[in-house]
Amino acid sequence: MSDDSSAADADADLPEGVERRPFGGRERLSTRGAQVYGEPVDSDGWRAWDAGRSKLGAMLELGMDTGLVGGESVLYLGAASGTTVSHVADFAGPTYAVEFAPRPVRDLLGVAEDRDNLFPLLKDARDPESYAHVVESGIDCLVMDVATRGQATVAVRNRQFLADDGRLLMAVKARSEDVTAEPDDVFDDVLAELDSAYELLETARLDRFHADHLGIVARPK
Amino acid sequence: MTDAWFAGADPDDPESGATRVRTGRAPAPADWPAEAVDAGFAADETDYYAKLRSATLAAASEAVAERERADDVQLAHAVRAMDDAERTANELAERVVEWAGTLYEEVPRGLDGVRDIAERDPKTAAEERVVSYATRAVDLLDERDDLRAFIEERAPTTAPNLAEMAGPVLAARLIALAGGLESLAKKPSGTVQVLGAEDALFAHLKGRATSPKHGVIFTHEYVRGTRPGDRGSAARALAGKLSIAARVDHYSGDYRPDLHAELADRMETIRARADEEADE
Ligand SMILES: C[S@@+](CC[C@H](N)C(=O)[O-])C[C@H]1O[C@@H](n2cnc3c(N)ncnc32)[C@H](O)[C@@H]1O
Repeated sequence: MSDDSSAADADADLPEGVERRPFGGRERLSTRGAQVYGEPVDSDGWRAWDAGRSKLGAMLELGMDTGLVGGESVLYLGAASGTTVSHVADFAGPTYAVEFAPRPVRDLLGVAEDRDNLFPLLKDARDPESYAHVVESGIDCLVMDVATRGQATVAVRNRQFLADDGRLLMAVKARSEDVTAEPDDVFDDVLAELDSAYELLETARLDRFHADHLGIVARPK
Repeated sequence: MTDAWFAGADPDDPESGATRVRTGRAPAPADWPAEAVDAGFAADETDYYAKLRSATLAAASEAVAERERADDVQLAHAVRAMDDAERTANELAERVVEWAGTLYEEVPRGLDGVRDIAERDPKTAAEERVVSYATRAVDLLDERDDLRAFIEERAPTTAPNLAEMAGPVLAARLIALAGGLESLAKKPSGTVQVLGAEDALFAHLKGRATSPKHGVIFTHEYVRGTRPGDRGSAARALAGKLSIAARVDHYSGDYRPDLHAELADRMETIRARADEEADE
């Protein structure tokens, strides 16, 4: 809980537990928790959330309406070494982090050691049945950053974890689907495939922070 | 009977939960926290998440260790297979070139000759045999290249520091010679220095030769590219850092840029010494 009410007012659209605070003379997003990737930490224990290294950070920075309020349950697919999911666990409730490459999971374990609500899973997001016995139903927020071919299929397969009023927050990397195609064509295909399971709420190019990425906010149909 | 990860797990033993987290499956998720409390596995939701946390942490760390252990074995086999393919291809090549020399006017020597023969259009039964034989040799060479590509792709994830320092193929060779990344990590650097020079070492121990200064690490630019008088120091410096790299890769897996910078510095000093003497 924040005792800094003036900052909380200015951050009305940000989830509880995410604040804009000054770091090196610049207002930056931040969460409160143990340091993870060498990001600046202020004297109150808030650590800067680098939107250039985090697609979800970029979505928040760009003012997308993520529906995040703080304290929600999260299923995060493509956690890698935990850069973004560490910030998520700082402000969210139970946070399940799926990653299928062993090397980054080693780092993710270190991040989870410092956070009571972060549950690392070395699993393949294309095979949700391999973690459906662990991840609870009725998840409030499904975050996806798998940067691999078939990103839309993964989103559709993992729809079953989401509560009916939950949110899908997804970053699509055009080059992961097809290095030669025009990003816009790739995004159109992904959105068309998502349509079978999700209602689209908002999309925005993340190019200011991540070249050829599309941020998507959707809810289950 | 539920599919939940905690079904059949001992609430007081995170290990039993970890095994279920790793091997269990369910067709669909359910309200596991509530089920766990109902089933008496957890006292309340907070207790459930604490147990879930211990089980997932243990499961992920076991699974990571196991996958990585398996990966170094794959690398070792791949590099041995690559050497087999190369050696065998060379053997076949010798036969092909010798045989083809009796059938065709101009046959380029060595592996180039084999590729050349494999492309030809056989006109007689004998030519058909030699062209077919050459094709097998070419297939083996392609296989060798594919194995090398596999090693180059895998080594940096299995042993990032070792692969960066030694190059992926030499890294794989060291792992193969040591019998795995773990045993490589446990060897003193003096042993790493002479890995692959077992014959020479044996001769030395029998009093028949001087002690070898380097094994396979001789193929590294830092050793081969250093003037003979300083190769012993170069090999020692390289082996020292390689064994640290193997330890970091095995025990933590972090990429450590400082290690590589230190070795580069050390090598510069060793080589500068030679330059100074040359200037004198
Ligand atoms: C762009 S990185 C994620 C970065 C991370 N989200 C962050 O911001 O800190 C994509 C990750 O997805 C993982 N990934 C790709 N396909 C996957 C799959 N099928 N299941 C689980 N993880 C996957 C990759 O191994 C990689 O670590």
